[in-house]
Amino acid sequence: MNDIITFDGVTKRHGDVVSLQDLHLGVHQGEVLALLGHNGAGKTTAMKLILGLIVPSEGELRVFGATPHGSEANQLRQRLGFLPENVGFYEQLSGREVLDYFARLKRADRHQIDDLLEQVGLGEASKRRVKTYSKGMRQRLGLAQALLGEPQLLLLDEPTTGLDPAATRDFYTTVKTLRDQGCTVLLSSHVLPGVEPYIDRALILGGGRRLALGSLDELRSQAALPLTIRAKGDWAVNALPADLPAQQMQRLNGNVCEFHVRPKNKMQVLRRLATTPGIEDIELLPPSLEHLYTHFSATLSTTLPARDPS
Amino acid sequence: MSATFTVARKEFQDGLRNRWVLAIALVLALMAVGIAYFGAAASGGLGFTSLATTVVSLSTLAVFLIPLIALLLAYDAIVGEQEAGTLLLLLTYPMSRSALLLGKFLGHGLILGVATTLGFGIAGIAIALGAPDVELLALARSIGLLIVSSVLLGWVFIAFAYLISVWVVEKARAAGLALIVWFVFVLVFDLALLALLVGAQNGGDWLPYLLLLNPTDCFRLINLAGIEAAQAYSGLTALARESAFQPGWLMLILLGWILVPLGLALLRFRHRSV
Repeated sequence: MNDIITFDGVTKRHGDVVSLQDLHLGVHQGEVLALLGHNGAGKTTAMKLILGLIVPSEGELRVFGATPHGSEANQLRQRLGFLPENVGFYEQLSGREVLDYFARLKRADRHQIDDLLEQVGLGEASKRRVKTYSKGMRQRLGLAQALLGEPQLLLLDEPTTGLDPAATRDFYTTVKTLRDQGCTVLLSSHVLPGVEPYIDRALILGGGRRLALGSLDELRSQAALPLTIRAKGDWAVNALPADLPAQQMQRLNGNVCEFHVRPKNKMQVLRRLATTPGIEDIELLPPSLEHLYTHFSATLSTTLPARDPS
Repeated sequence: MSATFTVARKEFQDGLRNRWVLAIALVLALMAVGIAYFGAAASGGLGFTSLATTVVSLSTLAVFLIPLIALLLAYDAIVGEQEAGTLLLLLTYPMSRSALLLGKFLGHGLILGVATTLGFGIAGIAIALGAPDVELLALARSIGLLIVSSVLLGWVFIAFAYLISVWVVEKARAAGLALIVWFVFVLVFDLALLALLVGAQNGGDWLPYLLLLNPTDCFRLINLAGIEAAQAYSGLTALARESAFQPGWLMLILLGWILVPLGLALLRFRHRSV
């Protein structure tokens, strides 16, 4: 696979503060990579480095095979789309006029403006002033702006902050469509639910260091987090099966009981539960990104960065 | 280059949309006509008096207004975009930072240029129509000189405003600094010069050259030195014979006053972190 972005031991310091430390990362063409981490973990710094807004203190960074702050910056930026966190626009202009200005600056085809506005669901509001837009509409205008000129690489910094669940889903559907068209997407987030179904790999950052990198399956096996099994039934009548190889068990209410089980014991527990009379339903919940994230932030932030599993 | 023009075009359109152009032109035209008409009120008369009086009054008005307008127009050029969150976005677009700043300068410069030409032009026409016996050629020359030098003076202060705007990180601070710059160049400098003049009783031949250190004084000299009668009013007759005080040279000095702050602003902006 081709790497579109390569971080080779990149460190970024602002005075004494290290906002990114010795990052090694290769972003493949056509993948959706999520940068996850708390505020100050280095997500925005990584994006600014890719955009060439700041220069690495150490190490080498290449985007489309060129240094992003070098002489080829302008050709490079034509192939990039960026949606900043807390995007702001010219309040006195209409949504359409804003896009027109940015399209001219990017030397993009201005015929696509109306299609883009339709695509992000702003067709109706395109002639209204940005001043009258809601937070979600501004965010969608920001996305339309990032999509100007059919970029091959999209950088989305906290794209769903302030969006309601329906708008978030719409947003990620758009991201998925773009990915299917071969666009590489890098998105940062601290809102984990919602991101999970749409990403190929996740990079977990903490304190400027890489805590983990991989697909969700890889991260799950790396963390070896317990699975959650929920069994529903009449627990008042039936006694709990004894000596289940579960780490932890708790009753959620009269009917539902929750077990935390190691991955290797999963089948054993399932078989026992399936043969227990009175159980009506068994639900299997793999560890979510949120669990993984908590796990990696907690255990690895004090130790060295994890090795790349790939 | 095209990015520069795109930015300039947007700034100018904003100027039309926010009624900046209209407001500046109206204020200048109204005050100029007012001064020309009521200029003789102090001596008991109404109506247009001599061209010399009018030009002296008009240039005094412009010295106060033009720098203030230019600073107000441009102080938030960069810091305002930063606060709105658009600067970060603009800097990720395929254009250099210099192209962005120069585009803004072109746009703001055009706003001021168009508005000043309109304002003083209207005033000139009003004087030509209203004054009983004014020499049209002399009037046109004086008003033309006033317009050109006012535009140059305005550009000087736009350049100052940019220097402020790329230096600070808060809009409020930029506004404060802009007012200080106005205060220093329009009021304090001349007072200080006066104090020096009083202090240096003899051997102060070099003192007039200090006037060149202030763009507003250069502007005043351009307009006053151009008119014989005005020299009598302002006591600049002796100065006007020196070559450094000829309008042509003074315009060049004003040009320098545009280029130096603008160059510094470009340098500073290129190394500014976002």
